Amino acid sequence: MLGFIVSRLIQAIVVVFVMSVVVFVGVYAIGNPIDVMIDPGATAEIRENLIRQYGLDQPLWRQYLSFLGNVAEGDLGRSMVYNTSVVGLVFSRLPATLELVLVAVAIATVIGIPAGIYAGYKPDSAGAKAIMALSVLGFSVPTFWIGMLLIMAFAVELGWLPSGGRGEVGTILGIPTSLATANGWSHVILPAINLSLFKMGLLIRLTRAGMVEAMQTDYVKFARAQGLTDRQIVFSHILRNISIPIVTVFGLELGSTLAFAVVTETVFTWPGVGKLIIDSILQLDRPVMVTYLILVVILFVLINFTVDVVYARLDPRVRLGGSR
Amino acid sequence: MSDVATTTGETLAVPSAAPIETRATRLRNFWADFRRSWVAVGALIVIVALLAVSFGAPLVAPQNPYDMASLDWMDAFLTPGETGTGGYVHILGTDNAGRDMLSAIFYGLRTSFTIGVSAGALALAIGICVGLTAAYFGGRVESLLMRIVDLQLSMPAILLALVLVAMLGQGVVQIILALVVAQYAYFARTTHGAATVERGKDYIEAARSTPLPTRRVLFRHLLPNVLPPLIVVATVQVASAIALEATLSFLGVGLPLTEPSLGSLISNGFKYIHSDRYWLSIYPGLFLMVTVVAINLVGDQVRTVLDPRRSR
Repeated sequence: MLGFIVSRLIQAIVVVFVMSVVVFVGVYAIGNPIDVMIDPGATAEIRENLIRQYGLDQPLWRQYLSFLGNVAEGDLGRSMVYNTSVVGLVFSRLPATLELVLVAVAIATVIGIPAGIYAGYKPDSAGAKAIMALSVLGFSVPTFWIGMLLIMAFAVELGWLPSGGRGEVGTILGIPTSLATANGWSHVILPAINLSLFKMGLLIRLTRAGMVEAMQTDYVKFARAQGLTDRQIVFSHILRNISIPIVTVFGLELGSTLAFAVVTETVFTWPGVGKLIIDSILQLDRPVMVTYLILVVILFVLINFTVDVVYARLDPRVRLGGSR
Repeated sequence: MSDVATTTGETLAVPSAAPIETRATRLRNFWADFRRSWVAVGALIVIVALLAVSFGAPLVAPQNPYDMASLDWMDAFLTPGETGTGGYVHILGTDNAGRDMLSAIFYGLRTSFTIGVSAGALALAIGICVGLTAAYFGGRVESLLMRIVDLQLSMPAILLALVLVAMLGQGVVQIILALVVAQYAYFARTTHGAATVERGKDYIEAARSTPLPTRRVLFRHLLPNVLPPLIVVATVQVASAIALEATLSFLGVGLPLTEPSLGSLISNGFKYIHSDRYWLSIYPGLFLMVTVVAINLVGDQVRTVLDPRRSR
């Protein structure tokens, strides 16, 4: 087991390293950020100085090495647009994204699981069919368009909720969050619903599939024979058994929720990391792009690593069988 | 087919008398099964109609939105149903530059279909090669290729595509490339999964023992038997490529408005969302939604028909 963990850990480190090269080269190969940053009327001297200041006159491999050296010291560079440390910038935006993801996941769970249970309990009823049709819509209709419809309906037409931005920020247990104020909640609710729809569709399908399968198992038949009511069977037997795969898949999907936040944050001008990456792509803010991308790579490699180790722990075939 | 064999009775004793399944009968059987769901048939009709209006756009659309000379600023922001300076009714209104929305949508749909289908086809071809190579050779080749594929699959396609477009720049070719890189892994995984099952069977063993070149064994013997699940994945991936392209264009890293795709049209309409000009973003979005949902519905039915576990 230890050998397995060590080999996967080495693999993970290699992946992060290779990806950092790919990201660095890819990002630095595009455009010239100096053109974006300075006034076209600036003298050639100012231009030269700026290029030298950012080290852009060096060959790419040397830029990469000095970047690695800085990373080792915990310095990922300065944003060319905001002129602040990139790490500080990303971490100052992170709470906004996390609170959005948190509310979205909560909404998806509270609605998705009961809906999935119902759809699996009575698969032929009209209600179940409607739920499944809606889950297909949640899957296939692009997030950004639904977000736009939500703004049109609830912000523009009805005027009930604000159309974008993050509201007043209060503190809960010392953590600054907009979930502490009513105004903050009014801002977070629309984007959170938007972000939750995809997850909700997924949860409904997962729960329903688990329910349908569990209803035909022997333990449910025995429970029925014992005279338990359907309610007792569903809540104390089936739910307990189907919850493990649901939690696993859902945990894995957390990473992709962060990715989808890019779209939702742009639609609702939510000041999180997703909006930050889009802005930095459009403004060619290379240090921010590189930092965000490497953080994302690390996040996904970590998720993969954890899953591999957990599965290997649960199923010996995984660590013995190698690649298969 | 098995019904025929059992009702006549005697054919059971003579296995060679079973009806020979040619390509034509297989296709006919497939269609007979597909037809059972009227929702899927409806979706298929919708797709064909959308393909017709999009690729026939120069013939059907009242205006060419690519041709700046045919645009008149006098026509800007006409509401749906108004008649413009061109003397025809703008059924879905016009945008800020005086583009007829219906024409822009038809042309945009053409761009979306072109990108979706070519990205899907390329990703399919690359994915098949990677998956077959991995399954056929096994060992180190297999573990390396499939580790890369798995790593890519764990990342959301939208993120991967976003990064690639950021690196490659804007344009149709760049978007297709980004989508291919983001999507080939789904095909590779499916091909690999199906091929690892097939490679253990006798006919592959037999083919390998002959002096046939590896290429031929892979593409003529192995590939046809792993096709059914790939067809299903392909339909789903074309739909998601169309949705992805629209999302990228909406985020501003996809296609510019001078080359309208559904995404860039919606993105343009989004700017006017607060001024009650709903038609700029609602209609292209509706077309996008109908397209994606219709393809997914057809894909669902194809999956049902091709499912080997399904009882006939």
